[in-house]
Amino acid sequence: MTLLQIEGLGINFGGLAAVDKVSFAAKPGEIVSIIGPNGAGKTTLFNLISGIYTPSCGRVMLSGQDITALPPHRLAALGMSRTFQNLQVFQQMSVLENVMAGCHMGEGNHIFADLLALPATRARTRKSRTTALELLGRVGLADQADQEASALSYGALKRLEIARALATNPRLLLLDEPAAGCNAVETEEIDNLIAQIAEEGIAILLVEHDMKLVMKISNHIVVLDHGKKITEGTPQDVAKDPKVIEAYLGSSAGKEVSNAVG
Amino acid sequence: MNSISTKYATLIAMVAVIVIAPMFFPSSFYYRIGALIFINGLAVMGLVVLIGYAGQVSLGHAGFVGIGAYAAALGPIYLGLPPVLGIVLGALISGSLAWLIGRPILRLRGHYLAVATLGVGILIYMVLNNEAQLTGGPDGMPVQAIGLKEFLKSIGYSVKGSVMWYWLAAIVLLVGAVIGLNLHDSPTGRALRSLHDSEIAARTVGIDVARYKLRAFVISAVYASVAGSQLALMNKFISPDVASFLHSVELVTMTVLGGASVIFGALVGATILTALPQVLTMFEDFEHVLLGLIMMLVMIFMRAGLVPSLIKLIRRLTK
Repeated sequence: MTLLQIEGLGINFGGLAAVDKVSFAAKPGEIVSIIGPNGAGKTTLFNLISGIYTPSCGRVMLSGQDITALPPHRLAALGMSRTFQNLQVFQQMSVLENVMAGCHMGEGNHIFADLLALPATRARTRKSRTTALELLGRVGLADQADQEASALSYGALKRLEIARALATNPRLLLLDEPAAGCNAVETEEIDNLIAQIAEEGIAILLVEHDMKLVMKISNHIVVLDHGKKITEGTPQDVAKDPKVIEAYLGSSAGKEVSNAVG
Repeated sequence: MNSISTKYATLIAMVAVIVIAPMFFPSSFYYRIGALIFINGLAVMGLVVLIGYAGQVSLGHAGFVGIGAYAAALGPIYLGLPPVLGIVLGALISGSLAWLIGRPILRLRGHYLAVATLGVGILIYMVLNNEAQLTGGPDGMPVQAIGLKEFLKSIGYSVKGSVMWYWLAAIVLLVGAVIGLNLHDSPTGRALRSLHDSEIAARTVGIDVARYKLRAFVISAVYASVAGSQLALMNKFISPDVASFLHSVELVTMTVLGGASVIFGALVGATILTALPQVLTMFEDFEHVLLGLIMMLVMIFMRAGLVPSLIKLIRRLTK
């Protein structure tokens, strides 16, 4: 029942192996976190999986299908969506329209009907609007639906990106630091949201620096250092792994992890 | 619903301008200027779709204006088409050409795209200039009249050519506006506007960015072509200058001045840059200086363009 299978995935940037033959897997409904110090290659790994970079070696398999280096819009059609560490919100569109843009694949491809605003087009827009409003309610942004996206707070924009990604109806969701820059309350909200999404059977890949969050919600953790996978396992195993504590967490952060795990 | 009201507000404002303006025209010459404004406005509306919605810049759109103009001029001569079908022919050629050259060009970004479209525009200009046996070369060529005036006369309406063209160009402009406004709030329009703001995010929600850019390019080329055909039929004469680089820049300037993101901006931008040179002739040598100054002031103080900036200002004041 593996949904995502990463096999020996790697990329070189001018001789430097930014990601070096990394392998792991994710099942539906599972939250897999990728952790590691700054520059370990977490975001690069995300960009490889989501088709933004072309890997120099290895394969990405989704439900047994080889999807390596497919362009992102094809991946979206196969059920992969993502959010971004440095926000990629459609700034000049309203909050609602941002999520409606996420419904794009469900709207089909009818350029002439769109130019003439035929009833079918208006019906499609209405349907997207309903879906988008529902999703905004889920991430707690229903009240701000008609605002311009650029007017939202940082934490709200993070949630907006999640709503937009959910609008594509994904089987696999890649979240790149969803809680970065959020305060404790916002982090708690995002934490609950992620758990809920996973409960629906969507597999989640998570890159996150907030160790408390990672340890609390992950089913499985992959640890990267200098582009290499140094270990993987349950939060408890990883937290106890001396390699992790030594190579990445350091002594003080190690304590924080043990505290977080309890 | 906000977007619906924007659509009708825009159309009502445009109809009001079109109907009220002639009441202040001291002579029929002004109808001609008006028609010219509407024709330019149509080409600019195409650029609103390309620049304002999709965020792609073309510096060669006068090339498509030229194709439309010469299709209306040559179609009747060589294919025996009625001039009206020349408009359709021009639109088909422009759309197909935009589709063919847009495929490789739209893979480029930013400055490269602008330079590539610039090249296309210049190429079309050169062909029109050099194929003298066909196009009359730099001297231009006469264009067969559309025949509408004679038709109106035969059914008992006698109108001046300039007056007829004022209303004809206005109707075409309104049709263009309706289509542009429809597009804005359609699934395709949302796809275009999202790739404008973030191509990478647009891809991750499943938008085939290359395909949608190409569509915006083709749509804008058709707008420009129809404008060019009208220009040729109204003037009953055409020269390669309509396809010149300078005209491309003029069109982009109108787009940006009026406000690239809104359809109504096209009419405002076209009005100012078409009418101002006529007004400024009294300043003769200072015409270009004043034009430049106005452009600079708008770009410094109203970077989104006149219409969006004014809307924002009014909203802030009425809050």
